Amino acid sequence: MADPSYPDDLKYHSEHDWARIDGDSATFGITWYAQDALGEVVFFDPPQVGSQVSKDQAYTEVESVKAVSDVIAPLSGEVTEVNDALGDKPETINEDPYGEGWLVKVKLSDLTEVDSLMDSTEYQATLD
Amino acid sequence: MSSTTELRRTPLYDRHAAAGAKLVPFAGWEMPVQYGGIREEHIAVRTGVGIFDVSHMGQVLTRGPGALDFLQRTLSNDVRRLPEGGAQYSVLCREDGGVLDDLFTYRLAECEYLTVTNASNHESDLAWLQSHAGEFDVDVLDRAGDFAMLAVQGPNARALVQRLTDGSLPSRFHVCLRAVAGVPMLVCGTGYTGEDGVELMLDPEHAPTVWDAIVQAGATPVGLGARDTLRMEVCFHLYGNDLSEDRGPIEAGLGWCCKEDTGFIGSEAVAAARASGTSEKLVPFVIEGQGIARQGNPVLAGGEVTSGTFSPCLERGIGMAYVSSARAEPGTHLEIDVRGRTRRAVIERKPLYRKEA
Repeated sequence: MADPSYPDDLKYHSEHDWARIDGDSATFGITWYAQDALGEVVFFDPPQVGSQVSKDQAYTEVESVKAVSDVIAPLSGEVTEVNDALGDKPETINEDPYGEGWLVKVKLSDLTEVDSLMDSTEYQATLD
Repeated sequence: MSSTTELRRTPLYDRHAAAGAKLVPFAGWEMPVQYGGIREEHIAVRTGVGIFDVSHMGQVLTRGPGALDFLQRTLSNDVRRLPEGGAQYSVLCREDGGVLDDLFTYRLAECEYLTVTNASNHESDLAWLQSHAGEFDVDVLDRAGDFAMLAVQGPNARALVQRLTDGSLPSRFHVCLRAVAGVPMLVCGTGYTGEDGVELMLDPEHAPTVWDAIVQAGATPVGLGARDTLRMEVCFHLYGNDLSEDRGPIEAGLGWCCKEDTGFIGSEAVAAARASGTSEKLVPFVIEGQGIARQGNPVLAGGEVTSGTFSPCLERGIGMAYVSSARAEPGTHLEIDVRGRTRRAVIERKPLYRKEA
């Protein structure tokens, strides 16, 4: 499992999700803290490409041996791509939560929402 | 006075913390749920040796000339058939057959029996047993504070423990006094993983020494997370999930450890359930395809999942559910509402995981 890290180039949501903003699109995933709390992920149930996600609302779930957890959208928009590789290797979410373990790519509908997210330092201050 | 909500720690707490275990509240105790990861710990027990700290479990000592008659009255199994140095599984029932706990009892001497309780039920079991002891010439004593308890489980568990022990290990379902790593203790040929192995009950003060010796000899520390997945693969019950006061032993599939002709408390209700059948039965299931059912998920045709997890050996969702007895045959398909999504499952025979021959 990867060491704790919270990259500076990402934006963070209090429900332990990250967003990598690229113009009017973003990639979403869960943070190191979230995957550590969950334990080994054994199942990722991706949303449909084309579905709408709403900031602060659950858009998918990830499941570990011991528990299932909702994944909260850090921003609103339309899903343009899902990480199909996680179907066979959901443990990638643990091994590389900010890289190969990304969950979905989203075309953002309201760029002003980005201002409400935290940077790495602010997010880490919310952790124990 | 410390707060009653304060979590208790086993004598191995420092070992768990130092090993980087995730500690969680469990039945009033702060227990390790995992060290490295549930899957690798699970596989270590199936293929090598794992060691579990189960010191949260309780012990009740029953002794005196009336011990046998008393236990025959309170435990569901036929305690007369328990030899000195033997171990026996049973349930503790109310008059109406509701299950108060499931227990292993070890006969330490002719008139001395040690019963291991589930942590969450220890106080109530003790009170129940003591309240029924009046008419018997017996002492029923709380011994939970006197023992740390370790389970060493896996295909190589016996060989590993044998190298540290001053005499031969007890065979399956037997108990004896031995010194392991130089520490005298009760060594029991029991466990709850579906693997061979032993359970050790010893002075808490010496638990860290023994833990260290067994870990240094090659055992993998295993937390309660893998204990749960291991027991579920072999369809062993967990009190509070698959057993409760609202369920009887017959519907739970535990009729084999109930001997109604002994006249135990609840035997009339159990005999009636056995004779007329129960409306529901506990069945093991495997999810077809993806998804993992969890405790509390409804079965669509009626019934409820009482245990559910991801099986590291089968690499599928598995579990146990109470379903209508009319639809409880192996091969029957179930539909389970898993968080709003319907998952198909099939009822299997016990155990869900079998060692390859």
